[in-house]
Amino acid sequence: MSQSFDDISAQLKRRHRKSARLKWISMGALGLAGLFLVLFFADMLVKGLPAFKQAQIQVQVDYSEQASQLPLAAVNEDVRSLVSRGYLRLIPGRMEDNPDLLGTTRLEWVLADGQVDQYLKGHHSKLKASEQAVVDRLVEQGRAELRFNTTFFTRGDSKMPELTGIASAAMGTLLTLLVTLAVAFPIGVMTAVYLEEFAPDNRFTQAIEININNLAAIPSILFGLLGLAIFINFFGVPRSSPLVGGLTLALMTLPVIIIATRTALRSVPESIRHAAFGVGCSRWQVVRDHVLPLALPGIMTGSIIGLAQAMGETAPLIIVGMVAFIPDVTTSFTEAATVLPAQIFTWAGEPDRAFIEKTSGGILVLLTVLITLNATAVVLRKKFERRW
Amino acid sequence: MNRILKTTAIAAAVIGVAGVAQAREQARIVGSSTVYPFASYVAEEFGATTEYPTPVIESTGSGGGLRLFCNGVGDDTPDITNASRRMKPSEFERCEENGVTDITEAFIGYDGIAFAQSNANEAMDVTREQIFLALAAKVPVDGELVDNPYTQWSEIDDALPAREIAVYGPPTTSGTRDAFEELVMEAASEEMDAYGGEGYTDIRTDGAFIDAGENDNLIVQRLAENTEAFGIFGYSFLEENADTLTGSNIDGVAPTPDAIGSGEYPVSRSMFFYIKNQHADEVPAMYAYADLFMSEQMIGDLGYLKGIGLIPAPAEMREEARQDVENRETLELADLK
Repeated sequence: MSQSFDDISAQLKRRHRKSARLKWISMGALGLAGLFLVLFFADMLVKGLPAFKQAQIQVQVDYSEQASQLPLAAVNEDVRSLVSRGYLRLIPGRMEDNPDLLGTTRLEWVLADGQVDQYLKGHHSKLKASEQAVVDRLVEQGRAELRFNTTFFTRGDSKMPELTGIASAAMGTLLTLLVTLAVAFPIGVMTAVYLEEFAPDNRFTQAIEININNLAAIPSILFGLLGLAIFINFFGVPRSSPLVGGLTLALMTLPVIIIATRTALRSVPESIRHAAFGVGCSRWQVVRDHVLPLALPGIMTGSIIGLAQAMGETAPLIIVGMVAFIPDVTTSFTEAATVLPAQIFTWAGEPDRAFIEKTSGGILVLLTVLITLNATAVVLRKKFERRW
Repeated sequence: MNRILKTTAIAAAVIGVAGVAQAREQARIVGSSTVYPFASYVAEEFGATTEYPTPVIESTGSGGGLRLFCNGVGDDTPDITNASRRMKPSEFERCEENGVTDITEAFIGYDGIAFAQSNANEAMDVTREQIFLALAAKVPVDGELVDNPYTQWSEIDDALPAREIAVYGPPTTSGTRDAFEELVMEAASEEMDAYGGEGYTDIRTDGAFIDAGENDNLIVQRLAENTEAFGIFGYSFLEENADTLTGSNIDGVAPTPDAIGSGEYPVSRSMFFYIKNQHADEVPAMYAYADLFMSEQMIGDLGYLKGIGLIPAPAEMREEARQDVENRETLELADLK
């Protein structure tokens, strides 16, 4: 029995309705995801942008004999509680380094206390009414203002919100990632080359392949435990150092690099290998001169994405001691350091409310670096990738 | 390819360097997350005003810190551990077993635990017994222990408002939770016949008590959103958020620095750090740091730490604690019992 025309067109309509519905639902999903992203960014920007400005006030600094013993005496009593203690405590040291200062009085722009900063930004502050009046007066006279916060980019962590910065965490991240790259990249690429170009296809290599794919999906905290057991307890690598952090993250990044490299190698057409063999190249020459250079853009992209992932990682680093209070910027691989996400985590737990903007500011910096890294990966791929 | 070989060589060299142990300028400190803000403040000051490098401080929790501390003597173990409670005898014994035999205890002051709510509500005074009845897993009803039936504060006592019982608090890994269980739950249940004089510390899991994670700021934020609820957290967070939160009076005593310092406020605890004297020769920075911490400018009545929430001990106790540290008094097992 044949269906009538009406039946068929009704069915067609139903099918079209179904696909329209699917389209709308998936667009809705995308819209919702986009909305979350926009809300998150807007929240971070609103909370975090003030962190890039910091209050400074202009005060008379009196480099007297007394101030070299008791730094509080260097500034007038009415503004004493408004000047950052981090500035005051350095006065004796500066006077020692520069004896000419003794006996002089200078009008200087100095870092204001974190509470003054919060007050000027219109946030909740613990300033007393009398202190607020002094700040208001200073603002009127043009002796208190928000300036670009260089401290945030040049100093390490501090308990005083006006003195905190991300420099030590940024340096720690850089050192850690250098170690990660130096370890994970060569090992990962070599492993992939062996598996893809040399290894026979047997039970053993299949087992390895399954294991590598599994490793890429393991919760990262387990790598931290492994790092603690092997690198710290067995090899005696110093705790909290970029070295141990980098090695731990390298374990985590390895599978990502191996998988990316294998995909890149596999996308090099067989005909290129055959041609090279045909003119008498050895396997070593084929890999070195033909396959690897052609696969390199893919390998780089995979490695950068792996590194970006490692950069945002905190969980394994807690275990190896990299979530710590580090005020000094270190340039050594074996001294204690912290990393950007760990710094953000530390700030998020501070009781002082001035740290809210520092937390968001740190997040903005981390996001900027991550977006730059991922954009580089995309550009590399677009620019050098060859389609066959 | 040459480049890859080079990178491999560099990586190997880097790993090689790691094997070489080195003498340490920098003191290593671990321990309680409650003491962490104070310790890191002192450490920063220490790094900025002395020749020594800033000590490394990790927040590992009191228990975690003592475990690392008692792992043994040597370069890879911490020099100092912070604790928001006293060392337990079992921990001391483990230290002894691992060769950590010369420890000095430093008492730095008090911290109160606040039971607070959004100040959108009227203040509510509670007793420890009422908090216990609201939060215990099993409570006595007509002389029998049954699963906690209370859903509103008014069911516990007519004087309390008819508000739903909802309390945000720290997880079991937290020192604040330990202290809360000991100072509120245990203390209240020991007075009740139904538990036979034994302390009972099980907290109900039917939703009235909400585990809010280690971060006290989260509890503070959630109290602003859920004005019905109460929160349990460290006093410094109450002080910092005094414009949005009110601490309840407990047993009729308000959570003020004076009341916490004198022990009148019932939910206050002592904070300590422990020094491994056997590291004195290798890590000279350790004692300089400890002495700065114990100085009047830090833990005194006008000290810096008071500004960030430490509650100073009475002057004589401070002086005694300072003497203990200066004389490097060795801690004995008998001191802890």
